[in-house]
Amino acid sequence: MKWLSDDKLSYLRTVVTNPDFSSTKYAFIKELARGGMGTVYLAEDRELNRLVAIKVLNTPDITEDLRNRMVREAQIIARLEHPGIVPVHDVGTLPDGRVFYAMKFVRGSRLDEYAAVNDSIRDRLRKFQAVCDAVAFAHAHGVIHRDLKPQNIMIGSFGEVLVLDWGVAKILATDGTDESGSIRLHPCDPWLTDTSAGTVIGTRDYMSPEQARGEIDQLDERADVYSLGAVLHFLLKDQPKPGKAAEAICSKAMANAKEDRYSSASELSADIGRLLDADPVSAYQENAIEKASRWVSKNRFLVLLVLAYLLMRIFFVFTSRP
Amino acid sequence: MDPDTDIGGPLHKFPATNHSAIVGARSDDQLTRRRAFDTILTSYWKPAYKYIRLKWQADNEDAKDLTQGFFTNAFEKNHFAAYDASKASFQTFLRTCLDRFVANERKAGRRLKRGGDMDHYQLDFVTAENELAAHAVASDLSPEDYFHREWVRWMFTIAVESLRQRCADSGRTIHFQLFERYDLRDETDVSYASLANEFGLEPATVNNYLAAVRRDFRRVVLEKLREVTATDEEFRTEARSLLGVEVK
Repeated sequence: MKWLSDDKLSYLRTVVTNPDFSSTKYAFIKELARGGMGTVYLAEDRELNRLVAIKVLNTPDITEDLRNRMVREAQIIARLEHPGIVPVHDVGTLPDGRVFYAMKFVRGSRLDEYAAVNDSIRDRLRKFQAVCDAVAFAHAHGVIHRDLKPQNIMIGSFGEVLVLDWGVAKILATDGTDESGSIRLHPCDPWLTDTSAGTVIGTRDYMSPEQARGEIDQLDERADVYSLGAVLHFLLKDQPKPGKAAEAICSKAMANAKEDRYSSASELSADIGRLLDADPVSAYQENAIEKASRWVSKNRFLVLLVLAYLLMRIFFVFTSRP
Repeated sequence: MDPDTDIGGPLHKFPATNHSAIVGARSDDQLTRRRAFDTILTSYWKPAYKYIRLKWQADNEDAKDLTQGFFTNAFEKNHFAAYDASKASFQTFLRTCLDRFVANERKAGRRLKRGGDMDHYQLDFVTAENELAAHAVASDLSPEDYFHREWVRWMFTIAVESLRQRCADSGRTIHFQLFERYDLRDETDVSYASLANEFGLEPATVNNYLAAVRRDFRRVVLEKLREVTATDEEFRTEARSLLGVEVK
């Protein structure tokens, strides 16, 4: 019997555990990431000769009905054509029955990695606003992401912002009601637990209270608004003085009761825009001093100009005296 | 549906032909117990031998006696039937029993007589000894971790041999040869194209054959694992440990 070295053992482990793409047009390259919902692999599209990211979902006890529903949902997500949403190229089933999505392979850094080396609050807020806009676009098309977190947001090589991992999204009908039910995934991480009401899907730190309770049928756009608030909190937490308005936006987005949150990602995006423009935000009622301070801050150049003019006037008044 | 769905797949079933030797060890039927013992011995003798050599600093002759003595004693006294899956993995249980056995033997100052009931087993101690000599053990590895690592290595080794046998039995020798050349190779310059050229096959055929034989290998590994675990929960835990993945 041949001796199996440690390297060979590691390799054989991957042979045993990696998905079998032999029935697809993809060639396995390597594992990229592993999460509660599934595992993402780097693969090559052999027909188009390009790299793709493939997410293989953990879906035990899959029925034909569920598989069809997942494929249909993937088709809906694939129609979300927005520069901030990573395109889904393909959906299919592996020989072992697991559903996979082939997505654009995005080169860049995850938002958490990006934030670790970019501490400018304005830059972070701009990136966050781009995330809100992408999510708002999805909401307008009846799609709720349900797993928004820094690890699912990529900053591309040219600063573009892309929201990834729509594999557990929920599709709403245009009238706001649940059209097709939701994808129920097998929880394989400790933070994913089955409840009597349904399966908890998402990531604990970024999950709305109703989502954490497994109230899948109750989820709407405001569940994503909560997660966006948690992402904003992540971006602000290492800032020495994020400002009361920014904190208020965060608190409003992360309100326990969904009725107290922003009603949509667009509203949240608009408030972030106002914050960046130093305009009053809807989440915070400022007093007169704060209002004046913000006005001065926003119109700093004008204030300096007026001050300079006044100083010059005073100077002339004193110097022109006989 | 393909039965290889046992890993990460939806079927939630173990290979139908598989039986847990740990469960079999509790059987009242002598033949069932003997078969279960054979499986446990096959799966554990080599890591046990190396563990004794390392932890107990036994010389090779002493280690051979202790290894054979331990398994003979366990079978005669039906020790493996006492295993409780709710308390520990079988691997941990066996190692604990082994430690206790060696400690008792050392304390009693006995010199075990080799042979007896173990004579018909072909335990290749020479190869085990050569492996020990050729591959140094990292100084920061605990004996317990070493035992686990060697068990994982041994499980994969016997799975490869089992795959070789199955391929031969089913007339798919070429499948195994491709697996051996591509997946067990040490050299790095082997490609699907070079294999296609070497075996006179189309590259797509090489791809298909390799995919099929890897599916078989996956199935064999899980079958072997199933044989030495007592419950579904233990099976999943050990699979996580052996493969680093969730197995449904």
